[in-house]
Amino acid sequence: MSRATPTRAVAAWALIGLAGFVLLPWYAQQEGVLAFDWIGGLWSHADSASGLALIAAHNRWWLAPLLPVLLASLAVGFVGGTRRQRGTTLVWLAGIGLAIFWLQALSIGLRGWNAEWLTLTLGEVGGRQVGIGIGATLVLLSLLGLLSLGLAQRGAFGGDAFVAGAMVTVVASIVLFTAWPVLRILLQAFNSSDGTFAPALLLDRLSTAKIWSLRCLTGDGRCGVAWNTLFLALCCGAGTTMLGLAFALIVTRTGFRMKRTLRVLTVLPIITPPFVIGLGLILVFGRSGVVNQALDAWFGIAPTRWIYGFQGVFLAQLFAFTPVAFLVLIGVVEGVSPTLEEASQTLRADRWDTFRTVSLPLMKPGLANAFLVGFIESIADFGNPIVLGGDYGVLSTEIYFAVVGAQLDYGRAAALALLLLAFALGAFFLQRRLVGTRSYATISGKGDSGLPTPMPAGLRRLAQWIALPWAGFTALLYGFVLVGGFVKIWGRDHTPTLQHYAKAFAVESGPNGLIWTGAAWGSFWTTVKLAAIAAPLTALLGLLAAWLLVRQRFVGRSTLEFATMLSFAVPGTVIGVAYVFTFNVPPLEITGTALILVLCFVFRNMPVGVRAGMASMSQIDRSLDEASATLRGRAWQTLAHVVLPLMRPAMVAALVYGFVRAVTTVSAVVFLVTAEYELATTFIVLRVINGDYGLAIAYSCALILLMLAAILLIQLLVGQRRLGRRAAPAPIAARAGA
Amino acid sequence: MRSWKAAILAIAPIALATPEAAQAQGSLNVYCSVQAEWCTLIANEFQKATGVKVSITQKGSGETIAQIKAEAANPKGDIWFGGTGDPHLAAAEENLTDVYKSPNLPQLHAWAQKQAADSGFRTTGIYAGALGFGINSELVAKKKITPPSCWADLLKPDFKGEIQMANPNSSGTAYVAIATLVQVMGEDKGFDYLKKMHVNVNAYTRSGTAPMKAVARGETTVSISFVHDGVTEALAGFPVKTATPCEGTGYEIGSISLIKGARNLENARKFYDWALTPAAQRLGAQAKQFQVPSNKETPVPPEAPKFADMKLIDYDFAKYGKASERKRLIGRWDTEIGALPK
Repeated sequence: MSRATPTRAVAAWALIGLAGFVLLPWYAQQEGVLAFDWIGGLWSHADSASGLALIAAHNRWWLAPLLPVLLASLAVGFVGGTRRQRGTTLVWLAGIGLAIFWLQALSIGLRGWNAEWLTLTLGEVGGRQVGIGIGATLVLLSLLGLLSLGLAQRGAFGGDAFVAGAMVTVVASIVLFTAWPVLRILLQAFNSSDGTFAPALLLDRLSTAKIWSLRCLTGDGRCGVAWNTLFLALCCGAGTTMLGLAFALIVTRTGFRMKRTLRVLTVLPIITPPFVIGLGLILVFGRSGVVNQALDAWFGIAPTRWIYGFQGVFLAQLFAFTPVAFLVLIGVVEGVSPTLEEASQTLRADRWDTFRTVSLPLMKPGLANAFLVGFIESIADFGNPIVLGGDYGVLSTEIYFAVVGAQLDYGRAAALALLLLAFALGAFFLQRRLVGTRSYATISGKGDSGLPTPMPAGLRRLAQWIALPWAGFTALLYGFVLVGGFVKIWGRDHTPTLQHYAKAFAVESGPNGLIWTGAAWGSFWTTVKLAAIAAPLTALLGLLAAWLLVRQRFVGRSTLEFATMLSFAVPGTVIGVAYVFTFNVPPLEITGTALILVLCFVFRNMPVGVRAGMASMSQIDRSLDEASATLRGRAWQTLAHVVLPLMRPAMVAALVYGFVRAVTTVSAVVFLVTAEYELATTFIVLRVINGDYGLAIAYSCALILLMLAAILLIQLLVGQRRLGRRAAPAPIAARAGA
Repeated sequence: MRSWKAAILAIAPIALATPEAAQAQGSLNVYCSVQAEWCTLIANEFQKATGVKVSITQKGSGETIAQIKAEAANPKGDIWFGGTGDPHLAAAEENLTDVYKSPNLPQLHAWAQKQAADSGFRTTGIYAGALGFGINSELVAKKKITPPSCWADLLKPDFKGEIQMANPNSSGTAYVAIATLVQVMGEDKGFDYLKKMHVNVNAYTRSGTAPMKAVARGETTVSISFVHDGVTEALAGFPVKTATPCEGTGYEIGSISLIKGARNLENARKFYDWALTPAAQRLGAQAKQFQVPSNKETPVPPEAPKFADMKLIDYDFAKYGKASERKRLIGRWDTEIGALPK
């Protein structure tokens, strides 16, 4: 089957690269490329010259090999030969081009050679390099495009250029923006404080009693942070999965009448900016909180500080992460085929047996994914332990303070981060063993006319007993928080006031229209803009990666799967420092820009898109893909017209999560925000540090409204997945709801 | 063609990157580790006084030094204003900041001049704040206990489970407290004291400012904190009183440092000199922060805890500001106190 496109595509990609090389400035421009002040100096000024001019007029000999590579690739587009031969040539050319590109970019920096031994062996290099600009970026993209075309023409990935392109995109971006920075910072674990390589130090750093002590079991001391973290994460993973499942079952499998309210309530905690849940819990359960005060006043029970420590952090994490479990599980519970359940009942299994032997096993991938997400969220969580932990130290707070605390020890921080990663890795492999390689596909091409079986009565009651008090509790907590924005001093002076909202969001009308005088507007708009850019990218990349991982067979699949989880398992502080380390120097010098914030959002939050996508995709029968392929649908057509429409819940989850986390993340961006690009969360955290809770809460409430609006918009845009299933007739629903 | 869309979408934003490197004449990047309003004030006032365009990034002192360290290969900040002195001294020791002897140095109090000399003129004090106790006056009254006025008072059984201090592993404030006790009582006696106080401590928080906030909200009765933070809480409407121990107490010196490799060196020096003048130091009080300014001529705000009313020790910044000494003392605290059961 010969297609015309591949050769045309090769020529097109090569031309893009050549255009970047000849017509556009190679290095980043001071005033931004859109200022177009570089046009005049495209040949004459080294700072704004194109790649070609740099070689010819500015003695940048190291760029020279890239030109023949691009020209040769262009030629490949026009010569004959078999598909396979062309592919092999292209892979070689692109591979050499990429190698040269990175070699020169990484070895020649701001002050000439980047390493001393290079200067010693090769002599001074005649020039310096700043970060790459639009020209170099286009060349890089073109090389990556050529590489994917080459791979496809060689027959890799079923010879499909889209699959190859998707693979190259996902791998390249994960390597650049996750693996590279993370590994760079983790290598610090092997360095002594003055920067020399000393691998033995790692053992030292990791073998202290502060990490591993088990003395709390015998009662004569404290347990190490590693055990604390692990115990908390196991509890959190199990707890959030259970609560999430209870909510998912109630919403999908019962006739419970306030489903909508329930859904909103379960979503509230994820759209809550950090610290708010912690502060709310203190207000309710703290020593001066309502519960303790009431107990004191009515029963004379002296107020205690029980909320500080494991209990408090655990409670706060349950609040914070149950919604994520719910989002992962709801798609899965909805996806379980009613036909199989009906078949089970036809075979005279009762509802409980059906649930136990059919529905529950089919939910296994979802449950395992929810647990994994809960577990990892917990070990990477920073905001809750810092507010409520008291003495109970966990790895994330320990790492944060190793970086910013009195010790200032990157090595220790990196060593602890390695440990944290090891936990994440352990959970990841455990999850894979639990789920195994069995088939969980229940969404197939055959119309599924079964009715969702109502849950066994006992289970239904259990789910309601777990979920409803919890929902009530959430409502109560948020009631308090809401009130907090409208009183003078939260927890002290309860005179109603609007002053906090006025301070944050005042708008005055001036001679030239509205003037946004509120203190919060600047960071608010920056946040909205960046999150709106990041969310679709997050979802796109996450689902693309999920699709590759589930639907394509290739070498290194599990490595890629783990790499997608990498940035999620590493605590935000470490990611933040890693980004500054890596992207503050050429070739990718992007600190201080909005771009680095967007990238940080995308690559930090992508894992949830991947998890949700994988969970929901493993339910969709491959025969659907095959049917599409038989009808000569190409891979992207299958993805767009068959898989994606069935994955709407996962898409909603990824988009919502991408947006929400971009708005609420704090520890990762602390080091990346600048005066120009301040974010809502960093603004709020500063207010909290200053004790200005009223303003912080007012702002948080505004953000919650913003995110609710965004979620509704996303659901409206993406729509619901339509499975060929009948709606349950009224009597059953009524009975189930009774 | 459609097959490239994903690829382009995913990586295209790189092309829009516009690394900002404020090399244009007349600008200055300030890393500011004091409270937000104060930061905004100094930025605006300096801009008004000199015409230099100031962009200010506010972060805690721990976070700022972490950032300066991470950016060391290609510094983005020019000057670091404010924040407790230890991280400034650590930055000096790690060669992250530059030597600068401001012509305004002679106008400063002796403690500020001494600290500058101790650091080899890599940092200079702009304000000082004493260590002491934060006390929730409502809780004290309700429990009918005498508020503490000496270190010795904290050992009384009245305060069982009522004291909060930070963990020196993570907090500079807690380290100042330990170094102070070591200087007031001698090292062994100081640690002995901390061990005895342990039964009265309900938590060693990770953050240095957390104990004072806990006092304000009534979550604990007494904290070991910097007293000027208590004034801020009291002005915000919380029932907070402060006291400084009768045996003598230590203090922090909020400092300013010039970042090594600053791109706007001239403006950074201008800012450095300006920050030591009364005109600049007055702004702290205007932002409701009540440390004692380092310039002798700066009027001390009436709300500020007065150094004259306290018994201040001659805090040895040269010795206790060193990384090795800090590591040793924190290590000792870890094995002797941090590991004790509750």
